[in-house]
Amino acid sequence: MKLKEIAAILDATISCGADRLDDEVEMGYSSDLMSDVLTLDTDNLVLISGLVNLQAIRTAEMADIRAIVFVRNKKATAPMLELAIENGMCILESPYSLFKSSGLLFQAGLKPIY
Amino acid sequence: MKLTFTIQGGDFTHAGHPSSEVKKILKQLAIDGKTIKNIVIALYEAEVNVVAHAWKGTVNVEIDENKITIWVIDEGPGIPDVELAMQPGFSTASSKVREMGFGAGMGLPNIKKNTDKLQIETEVGKGTKVKMVNYFS
Repeated sequence: MKLKEIAAILDATISCGADRLDDEVEMGYSSDLMSDVLTLDTDNLVLISGLVNLQAIRTAEMADIRAIVFVRNKKATAPMLELAIENGMCILESPYSLFKSSGLLFQAGLKPIY
Repeated sequence: MKLTFTIQGGDFTHAGHPSSEVKKILKQLAIDGKTIKNIVIALYEAEVNVVAHAWKGTVNVEIDENKITIWVIDEGPGIPDVELAMQPGFSTASSKVREMGFGAGMGLPNIKKNTDKLQIETEVGKGTKVKMVNYFS
């Protein structure tokens, strides 16, 4: 699924990484717990999270995750976006809940990791 | 190549800076992506442990032709029972740490999973020394 399709499904705004909207991701992972994200062996995925802090970006950086959707209408801060841009990430912000976002993407064919 | 970084306990803003720098250097050295990911995840988890539990710490990195050795040394409370701390899900993290998205008791088990060699020396009331070795494939 292309990132631009994910943005459309989730009615999301693109905070950075608009040049990556044609990138394909196969799987999604929803979590507010970065400890769990760091245990994943997969990397071609979109992280869907309501945890909006610098460590969410750092976690994605270490785990080679190139796209994050922040849900519940949370906004990434300027230092977060700076770090995301430095790492070539695409950051999307959706007004939907974590549950609704995950459900819509699953329904549209985005695969779970497990 | 040798590198040294310092870590301040409680400073979540800068946690991950050493891991980020190490990642950049390993990329420049054309180490394969999977190995880099293992190394930086282990280092990042170890950094977060220092930030979450200790007062301050140092990261020493030594990169040779065929391996990377990382020492994460902290001044902190130490680990009373290492075997227990290695069990997935065991955590003594504060609510503040959990709010940051960590403290699920996955740190040390995940470090073990992502390293070829792991050695932990700890003294209660003084601190912990974690040595991690990863070989370049």
